Amino acid sequence: MSTTENSHQGRLDTVTGVRTTGHEWDGIEELNNPLPRWWLWVWYACIVWSIAYWIMYPAWPLISTATPGLLGWNSRSAVSQQIDDLRALRAESTAKLADASLQQIEDTPALLTLARAQGRVAFADNCAPCHGQGGGGAVGFPNLNDDDWLWGGSLDQIYQTISYGIRSGDDQAHVGNMPAFGRDGILTRPEISAVAGYVRTLSGLDKPGADYAKGKEVFLANCAACHGPEGKGNQEVGAPNLTDNIWLYGPDKATIEYAVTNGRGNVMPAWHGRLDPTTVKVLTVYVHSLGGGR
Amino acid sequence: MSTIQDPIPAPAKSMRFGEAALLVVFAALAFLSIIVAAKAYSSAYAFHAYLFAAGSIAAVFAIGNRYMDRPAGATPQLIDGKPNYNFDVVRFGVIAAVVWGVAGFLAGDLAAWQLAFPAFNFETSWLSFGRLRPLHTSAVIFAFGGNVLIATSFYVVQRTSHARLAGDLAPWFVVLGYNFFIVIAGTGYLLGITQSKEYAEPEWYADLWLTVVWVTYLLVFVATIWKRREPHIYVANWFYLAFIITIAMLHLGNNVTIPVSLFSDKSYIYWSGVQDAMFQWWYGHNAVGFFLTAGFLAIMYYFIPKRAERPVYSYRLSIVHFWALIFIYIWAGPHHLHYTALPDWAQTLGMTFSVILWMPSWGGMINGLMTLSGAWDKLRTDPVIRMMVVSVAFYGMSTFEGPMMAVKAVNSLSHYTEWTVGHVHSGALGWVAYISFGAIYCLVPWLWNKPQMYSVKAIAWHFWISTLGIVLYISSMWVAGIMQGLMWRAYTSLGFLEYSFIETVEAVHPLYVIRATGGLLFVTGGLIMAWNVWKTITMPQAVAEQKLALAPAE
Repeated sequence: MSTTENSHQGRLDTVTGVRTTGHEWDGIEELNNPLPRWWLWVWYACIVWSIAYWIMYPAWPLISTATPGLLGWNSRSAVSQQIDDLRALRAESTAKLADASLQQIEDTPALLTLARAQGRVAFADNCAPCHGQGGGGAVGFPNLNDDDWLWGGSLDQIYQTISYGIRSGDDQAHVGNMPAFGRDGILTRPEISAVAGYVRTLSGLDKPGADYAKGKEVFLANCAACHGPEGKGNQEVGAPNLTDNIWLYGPDKATIEYAVTNGRGNVMPAWHGRLDPTTVKVLTVYVHSLGGGR
Repeated sequence: MSTIQDPIPAPAKSMRFGEAALLVVFAALAFLSIIVAAKAYSSAYAFHAYLFAAGSIAAVFAIGNRYMDRPAGATPQLIDGKPNYNFDVVRFGVIAAVVWGVAGFLAGDLAAWQLAFPAFNFETSWLSFGRLRPLHTSAVIFAFGGNVLIATSFYVVQRTSHARLAGDLAPWFVVLGYNFFIVIAGTGYLLGITQSKEYAEPEWYADLWLTVVWVTYLLVFVATIWKRREPHIYVANWFYLAFIITIAMLHLGNNVTIPVSLFSDKSYIYWSGVQDAMFQWWYGHNAVGFFLTAGFLAIMYYFIPKRAERPVYSYRLSIVHFWALIFIYIWAGPHHLHYTALPDWAQTLGMTFSVILWMPSWGGMINGLMTLSGAWDKLRTDPVIRMMVVSVAFYGMSTFEGPMMAVKAVNSLSHYTEWTVGHVHSGALGWVAYISFGAIYCLVPWLWNKPQMYSVKAIAWHFWISTLGIVLYISSMWVAGIMQGLMWRAYTSLGFLEYSFIETVEAVHPLYVIRATGGLLFVTGGLIMAWNVWKTITMPQAVAEQKLALAPAE
């Protein structure tokens, strides 16, 4: 690209020694510089690379298909291949975990390491949104690190809970609600206040007060059926132990009164069907090993 | 080209066809809007119908008033042999750009703080992230960027064509109608009205309105070029024209929707499945290409040589990179859909055309930077030049980063991460906003007849504060994005994922805080500019002259 063809038309720019094109708009002129060589060559290189890519990979649409490319690559088979590779990598350990019982996994250090590694990720992706990272729990969602269990902390009990959930609608789900004693007119407000005060004394939060006898009377008549006469709870119906100062919703009197008035009944989903049996198994072992397993 | 200067008796005043027609159209629109408002299915849509009614009635009064006040004859095209430029619409657009800019930056920074601390949604649906995010993107791209483009294009096309803007009421219809569209779009997002297409969220009635406004814009622009008094069309006008035509095409293609009813805001897109996705990103990517690149390159091609008082570096380069850019950009959209249901061949073409696009994009950068040859000292003395040069540098950086991220191997790491957000903002804050700020700092003194901006020092402060903000923003998003991408794909030796999703969210939290802090600095810069523009416009002429006399010799 020489500059001679137009050079006689434009003014010579003294700063750069290049002529302008001779046009001017609102005081703006244009120099007659050629295309930068490096710019042009890099551009050509990009075009050549792209043409090579079109030859190797699916590229140009035809009437009902497209050019397939010499490599025969396509994204569907690439994904299938990657999934197969991963399955192959996991195959041995997955087979061992699938064949072993929960107790066998726990008793074999190699299997336990494997199950905890897989369980940690499965827990973080599926359970952590409610139970927190590491199973620390949140208001309404139990802490899984302590030894206080609502529905039992043995391997089989945890497996049952994860598989079918709690009040999940599944046929084999845990059922059992805390009734709404206040809303349904079973207890009066003074009775609820008294029994809430009594419940706080069970775990030593308060000393027995003026309402103690009345609260105990209400408790034995209404609550003991599930929570037990001493308030130790009953895992058959998911009734919490009220004497250990571990609280699902909170220890203050207003929170307890709210529970007695309106009932409680949070839901845990059923995971069988959503997760494969081996994943439920490793989750069971993982949760059991968090610190509170029985 | 007639000049009406002779004191011949004025002809009797009569209404022009355009005035009469617009009066009838707006009266009919007001009537229709009131009916729609009364029968609307939702209160949000009724609110919009009332806005249309109020706007139409205001337009009827405005046109009537203008008719009463204006002289009888045609507006002179020339006064004393010089073009009688129509700068009123440009002034309106500049002020609108500054106002919308600050609002859009604020909305963006609030959204950034929400990502770091969700409590910043203040527990109200109006400010939830899902509504605030499109409010931010539309406010900065279409309200701020759009007003800058309309205002500068109306300025540049007049100056470089040496002719008054075509049309009588049409230019006003464009700027006011466009800003009315912005109001409808923005209030719609806050009220929850959206068609859920990224950067094309406004519903069918807003889209129809914009179509009318945009076609008018095209006609005004083309007609002004048509009656130019220069032999050639300046390069900036090629870019403006490509921007206006392509945006019209994209807008129509991506908004082929079927409304549920005249009385409902809801509509459904005609395309479905992967065709819809492809249309969406053909639109989305070329909104970047033709709105945020071609349009702002037009600004660069006028304001940098004008401010630097140097010729454009290479006429040949401007021709080659213009045609290459507009022909190649339009193919690149599929790189937004790598590793999706989009057929492999379309992904390949999207990727390769993005790579071929690299050098045509850099043609603009070379022409912008090399125009400074012989005027590099102005970088030191003129903060406006500094802003525009840094802008071109950011343009070069993000137009390299873009093709690189379009390569599938890179994209498999970067896609869906904050890297994309960082990339967009190095283009948006660094390139688009800075070239706009530069143009605004040039235009305000020119349009309001002041020797210079009220405070040159404040321009320098704006530059340094917001540059620091941009650096914090994009570097934090690079780190966050690459970290996310690596964490998502990390496997243990046993073949299980190393990290859960929530762990990756926790990991980026500190970087979200840094990003939001960078955004806050950028907003601060915007506020300094708004103050400076306000002080310049309201500055008495005597003060302006005194300032100029006191300015240190440089």
